[in-house]
Amino acid sequence: MISHQMRQISGAITAVFLGWGVGIAVADTPKTLTVYSGRDEEIMRPLIEKAKKDLGLNIEVRYGDSTELAIALIEEGKNSRADIFYAQDAGSLGAITREARTLPLPNQLLDKVDPRFRSSSGQWVGISGRARVIDYNTKLVKTSELPKSVLQLSDPKWRGKVGWAPTNGSFLSFVTAMRLMEGDQKTLEWLKAMKANGVKAYPKNSAIVEALGKGEIALGLVNNYYLYRFTKTNPNFPVAIHYTKGDAGALINVAGLAVLKTTDQKSDAEKFVAYMLKPETQKFITENFYEYPLVTGIAVGQKQLPLKQLQPPNLDLSKLSDLKGTISLIQQADLL
Amino acid sequence: MAKGRKTHPPLFLVVTAGLIAVAITLPLTYLVMRMAGVGGEELLALVLRPRTLIVLFNSVGLAVASTILTTAMALPLAFLTLRTDLPWRRFWLMVTTLPLAIPDYVGSFALIAAFGPKGSWLQLWLEPLGVETLPEIYGWTGAILGLTLFSYPYLLLSIQAGLQGIDPKIEEAARSLGCNQRETFWRITLPALRPAIVAGGLLVALNALQDFGTTSLMRFETFTQAIFLQYRYTFDRHQAAALALMLVSLVLLLLWLEYKMRSRAAYYSRGNKSRHSPALIHLGVWKIPAILFCFTVTSFGLLLPLAVTVFWLLQGLASPEAEQIFSGLQLTQLAWNSALASGLAALTATCCALPIAILAVRFPSRITTAIERCSYIGFGLPGIVVAFSLVFWGANYLPWLYQTLPMLIFAYLVLFLSQSVGTVRSSLLQVNPQLEESAQSLNRNLWQTFKEITLPLVTPGVLGGAALVFLTAIKELPVTLLLAPIGFNTLATQVWKATENVSYSKAAAASLIMLVISISSTFLVLFQNRYQELMPEVRRSLQREVD
Repeated sequence: MISHQMRQISGAITAVFLGWGVGIAVADTPKTLTVYSGRDEEIMRPLIEKAKKDLGLNIEVRYGDSTELAIALIEEGKNSRADIFYAQDAGSLGAITREARTLPLPNQLLDKVDPRFRSSSGQWVGISGRARVIDYNTKLVKTSELPKSVLQLSDPKWRGKVGWAPTNGSFLSFVTAMRLMEGDQKTLEWLKAMKANGVKAYPKNSAIVEALGKGEIALGLVNNYYLYRFTKTNPNFPVAIHYTKGDAGALINVAGLAVLKTTDQKSDAEKFVAYMLKPETQKFITENFYEYPLVTGIAVGQKQLPLKQLQPPNLDLSKLSDLKGTISLIQQADLL
Repeated sequence: MAKGRKTHPPLFLVVTAGLIAVAITLPLTYLVMRMAGVGGEELLALVLRPRTLIVLFNSVGLAVASTILTTAMALPLAFLTLRTDLPWRRFWLMVTTLPLAIPDYVGSFALIAAFGPKGSWLQLWLEPLGVETLPEIYGWTGAILGLTLFSYPYLLLSIQAGLQGIDPKIEEAARSLGCNQRETFWRITLPALRPAIVAGGLLVALNALQDFGTTSLMRFETFTQAIFLQYRYTFDRHQAAALALMLVSLVLLLLWLEYKMRSRAAYYSRGNKSRHSPALIHLGVWKIPAILFCFTVTSFGLLLPLAVTVFWLLQGLASPEAEQIFSGLQLTQLAWNSALASGLAALTATCCALPIAILAVRFPSRITTAIERCSYIGFGLPGIVVAFSLVFWGANYLPWLYQTLPMLIFAYLVLFLSQSVGTVRSSLLQVNPQLEESAQSLNRNLWQTFKEITLPLVTPGVLGGAALVFLTAIKELPVTLLLAPIGFNTLATQVWKATENVSYSKAAAASLIMLVISISSTFLVLFQNRYQELMPEVRRSLQREVD
C-alpha cells in the first residue's frame, strides 16, 4: 500500500521533472545564439536588444562573473551550449583559450583592432579597453602630492592609505604588466613593500571607490570607469581620477569576445562579433560604459581622457594571459 | 535511542534515501576526480603552504567563535521568550528569529555602513566630538559579528524546539525533590537541551565554514575565500578541488563530533505527556536588562539592515533614476521567480528529508546514520564548488536537465537539504514510537500510521525545516547564477547585478522585497505552527489508545 501510493507520487514527480526538461529542450530547437556574458546585464541589455533587431537573430544571454563563467565553460567541455563568450578581462579569455575551447576568428575581424588588444593566435578579440588608474579622495590628497608612478605607493607617506582589489582579474593583469616591464625581482619587492606598508585589500573595484568616497583610504588602484557610476547619482562624490604615465599602472585591459568551439552557428556568431566591432556599437559602448573603443577612429566621451593621451605601457596584452609567474610572485609576497 | 520494532525498514524508504545519498555525493566525486589532476608533490606543497595553514586556522577560529557566541545569545533568548514573564514575550519570540531572513551580504554591508572606520553613520555622528576614525570593523571583529548576528537564529530555533519538547513534569519533579531553579536548569534542563544545542551549533559552525558574503565584505581570509581565490586567480580547478576537499574533511570532522556528542537517551517522555505549559519564571527587576538584551539583538540583526536598505532606497528615489528603480513589472517577475524556486526547493527538500530522518531515527544502523550525516556535507561546502560540480555533471551527463528549473532545485537540495533533515529528525525524536506501534496494532498499515500519526506529530519540524530551506534558498547566489535557466533572474541575482553596477538603490529595492517575502513567510510558517495545538483530538484519542 505504501509503496503503491508512493510510487504514484514519485512517478508523478518524475514525470513533471522529465516533462519540464524535455519541454525546455524542445523549445530550444529554433536556432538561438547563446552568449555567456561576464559583462553587466544592465549595460548589456540595450545593446543585445539592438543586436537582435539589427541582426535578425534570436540571442539569449547568461550573465555572471567572467571567471566563474570561464570555468563553467571549461567544465561544460564539448557539451557546452554557449556560442560566444564575452569576458571582462583577458585572463578569462586566456583561460578558455588554453583549454582549447575557442575557434580562431577570421582575419578581417581581427584586423579591425590593434594587435596589442587581441589574442596573438587569433582566438579572441578585444572590444573595449579599460584603463587602470589611481582614484583618490580629493579631500585627503592634494593634486601636487599625487604619485608619479604606482611604484611610489609603497612610500611610508601612504602607509595604510592605499586600497587594491587583489582578487580582481584586472589587478592580476596589472601585476603581470609590472613583471614584464620591471622584472620579477622588482615586482616582488614592490608587492612585499606594499603589504608591509599596510595596503588594504577590498573584494572588488567598486568597494574601493566606495571606501575612497567615505575617506577610509586616500588612494585606490582601480579601473577608470567605476568612478562614473558613483558620480552619476552623486555629482559631489569626493573622488577623482589620476592617470600615471607609461608605467604598469597605466595599463589598458581589454574586455573581449571569443567564439566557442562548441558553437553550431559559426557564421551567426561571427556576425555578432562583427556587429560589436561596428563603429556605432563601439560608440555606444564608450558612451554608456565609459570604456575605450578599440577600433581605431572612434572618439571617446567628454569625461574621458582620449586613448592617445593615456600613454599606456608598450606591451603585448596577449602575454598578460599567462598568469603562472604572476601567481607565483603573489604567493611569494604572501598575498594569496 | 529507540530501537525500531522492525529490523528491516520498508524498501521504498531505503531506495529513496539511497538515491538522495548518491545525489548528494555527486559534488564529492567531482572534487575527488579533479584533485586526481594534482601531482603528489604539488599537493603536498599546497597543503603545507603557510597561507593554507593560516586560512585553516582562521576558518576554524571563526567556526568556534561564532558557535560559542551564538550559543551565548540564543540560550538566554530561548529562555526569555518561552519560559519567563518577559513583557511582550510573543512579540520577541517572533522578531528574534527574523535575522535569519537577512542575507549575509546585506547584513554585513549594513554593519559596515553603520560602524565602518570612516564615513559610517556612527563615525559621522561622532565627528563633531573629534572622532576622526573608528576602530577597524574589518577582520576578526567584523567577520565574527556578521556571522553571529545573522546565524544565531539557527540555534535559537533549535533550542526553542528543544525546550518545547521537554515535558514540564520532569522539571517539576526535580523541583519537588528539592532542586532550586538553578539546579534544575543545570541538572535537568540543560542536559535535555544538549542535542538541540549541538544540532543548532552544527548548522552555525558549518555556515561559518562556507560563508562567503560576510567574510569577503569584512576582508577576512578564510578557507572558502582561499578556494574562491584559487579559481579566480589561476582558473585551476584541480588545486581548488584539493583545497575544497580539505574543507570537506573539516566538515566531516564536525559531523563526527556532533554525532559523538549526541546523547543516546530517549527524548520523548514515556508516560502520558501532559500538555500544560511550564510555570513561567518571574523576572522581577531583571525585566529591564532582559528587554534591553532582546532589543539590542533585534536592532543589530533586523532593524539595522532594514534601515540601511530603506536609506539606500530613499536616496535612489530622490535621484533622477527614480522611475527605473521601481520598474514594477520587473520586480514582480523577480519576486515570483524567487518565491517559485525557493518554494519548490522547500517542498522537495521536505519530501527528501522525511525518508532520511525516519530511517535514521526509527531504523538506526551504520548506513542510515551515514546517509543522514552525508546530507550535511553540501551545507558545509562553498556554493561555488557545488555549482561547478553540478555544471560538470549536468552538462556532460544530464544535458536535458542542465540549466533548467528542476536542476536549480536539485542544486538547492544538495546545499540545503540538511536543514530540513535536522529539524524533522529532532521532531521525530520527540515522538514516542509506542504511538506508532499502537496504531499498527489497531490494524493501520505503515502508510496509514505515517499519515495519521507520525506526520501530524512531526508537522512543526517539517514546516520549520521547509521554512529554513526557503529562507536560505531565496538568498542563494553562485549556484543560481550558473544553473538557473537563461533569463531566470531572481531577487538575489538582481541584488548582485545591481551592486556590481554600483546601483545601490536598485539593489536596495530588490533586497527589500526579498526581506518582505522572507519575513512574511517566516511569520506564516513558524508562528502559525508554533501557536497551534496540532490536531488536539488526534493526540487525545491516541493517548487514550496508548494508555
